[in-house]
Amino acid sequence: MELLLVIVIGLLYSAGVYLILRRSMVKLLLGIMLLGNGTNILIFLLGKITKGTPPVINEAYKVFQDIYADPIPQALILTAIVISFALTSFAIVLLKRVYALVDSDDLDDLNTPEEEDL
Amino acid sequence: MIDNHILAPIFVQLFTAIAQLMFWRKTLTQRFLSVGGSIISLLVAIRLFSRVQSDGILTMNAANWDAPFGIVFVADTLSVTLVLLTSLAGVAVSIFSSVSLSRQRMLYGYFPIFHFLIMGLYGAFLTGDIFNLYVYFEVIIISSFVLMTLGGRKAQLEGAVKYMAMNILASMFFLTGIGILYGITGSLNMADLALKIQSVQNKTLVGITSCFFIIGFGIKSAVFPLYYWLPSSYHTPPSAVAATFGGLLTKVGIYAMIRVLSLIFIPDDFTKTLLMVIAVLTIVTGAFGALIKSNVRRLFSYLIVCHIGFMVGGIAMFTKVALMGTVFYLIHDIMVKTNMFLIAGLIRQLRGTLDMEKLGGLYRDYPKISLLVAIVLFSLVGIPPLSGFWPKIFLFQNAFSQQQYFFAGALLFGSFITLFVIAKMWSQVFWKNPPQEELIDDRFAPMPPYKKLLMVLPIAFLGAITLYIGLNAEAIVNVTDEISNQLIDNSSYIEAVLGDKTN
Repeated sequence: MELLLVIVIGLLYSAGVYLILRRSMVKLLLGIMLLGNGTNILIFLLGKITKGTPPVINEAYKVFQDIYADPIPQALILTAIVISFALTSFAIVLLKRVYALVDSDDLDDLNTPEEEDL
Repeated sequence: MIDNHILAPIFVQLFTAIAQLMFWRKTLTQRFLSVGGSIISLLVAIRLFSRVQSDGILTMNAANWDAPFGIVFVADTLSVTLVLLTSLAGVAVSIFSSVSLSRQRMLYGYFPIFHFLIMGLYGAFLTGDIFNLYVYFEVIIISSFVLMTLGGRKAQLEGAVKYMAMNILASMFFLTGIGILYGITGSLNMADLALKIQSVQNKTLVGITSCFFIIGFGIKSAVFPLYYWLPSSYHTPPSAVAATFGGLLTKVGIYAMIRVLSLIFIPDDFTKTLLMVIAVLTIVTGAFGALIKSNVRRLFSYLIVCHIGFMVGGIAMFTKVALMGTVFYLIHDIMVKTNMFLIAGLIRQLRGTLDMEKLGGLYRDYPKISLLVAIVLFSLVGIPPLSGFWPKIFLFQNAFSQQQYFFAGALLFGSFITLFVIAKMWSQVFWKNPPQEELIDDRFAPMPPYKKLLMVLPIAFLGAITLYIGLNAEAIVNVTDEISNQLIDNSSYIEAVLGDKTN
């Protein structure tokens, strides 16, 4: 399981970096999303994966008796997912507006000579 | 010491923003709420500051979960000083934006978002939990995205794409670093991390993790290889927004760097060298960039980059005197950079342009305002005895005693270039006669007197604080002395958070 996740993380990161280095705005967005997901899985993996032991205490005891699954990485990932959802949706709207204004998907076209600023 | 008042500044900003959301289309009410909320949070910040001065480091455990298990808020001297400065800048920007912004932008929710941004800044300064710091960083960047794009002109949106991509990338690096850090230590509380990181055997892994943090904060604070987003986006939004960004946002990166490096990753020789190289190159590239720009705000953007280098260099030396210089410079920089972008907004209002070629004659037409601006510009350059001068003395002194001659040279170079470009700007904008008199578009003269006053008042307010920092430097030096003591010897911070559980 760990090995599989490690490979998945590697794939997500490399694909994300590759896409970010492209010129297209849509690929930039996809790259950011892939990197975000890679990071989430990384946190999940580094929180030590334990199978079938939920962090619930048996009624008879006061403290944990056994190795249990760490709930904190899952809380972190949940927070990170919600945040990246908001950021991604903002980014999509922004890129759509830019596309409508510039009429190009190429990041190199985003250099309008200095117009009068406010 | 446990004290629930730590959260008061955050809550004041939060409730101000929520109250403004209820008056969505009533911009006049929003303006009053904004200025009122900013002033209340300034009073709260002053109270918190004096409380920390008298009682020492305060902490607050969220939902009464004992540290290191719950989220903890910590107010040490560095945090409350920055909260106080943010409040001062917040009051000034809030007054300035209530007269300078177009009604259109206010209708699209400028004020609520502005207060959410300030809330995020307070949170980032006060939190003692590394993941909570990440969350507050996200609050800051999502608010700044909205402020950056508000208005939707082409140049703004183009700048915003670069700003957004780089900042999301920075958060990604930061989050990856947090993930690895949690994996190797099993804790997120910064004080607890400071203890646990010492027992980690694999020092290489710790070093790599620290690089993730340095890259993440480096993008946010715009250091040498990672600063390109800043000059290509900061000149696009309205000046009130640029003032908040230029004065405060890059400094959060510096704050986070100081905090993480002083608590968790105590700089070793490699980190020190890395930061020193970055600092020198940041100063040099920022200075060169500032030399060639003819637009006032683009010039200021490059000066931000240049002066970030001074602070990073101070962190790189990581001695008590160097940290005193860094913190003093941070205090000075927040006030002056905020003010400079407000001044840019005023110039724009007076002349209708920010292109130095087309500007001129401001001293002839508005001598009083020009003298006020001159004080701020002198402080920025660091003419003794104004505020920019004192921190540079500390940095110089330490650079020589540590044999960091490259940094000392870069510091000199950066200061001279700053002097040169500011002198050039002064003569172009204020002294020379305007090239085409008939093209002057003065929107300031027809404004009603109270609006004129409200536009100059924030600049005078921040200018007065800058003068205070410069002329009463002893008080500031005492505060920075206390801060750098806490940073060099972090045991007081750890003890305040974890209590006597340390052993």
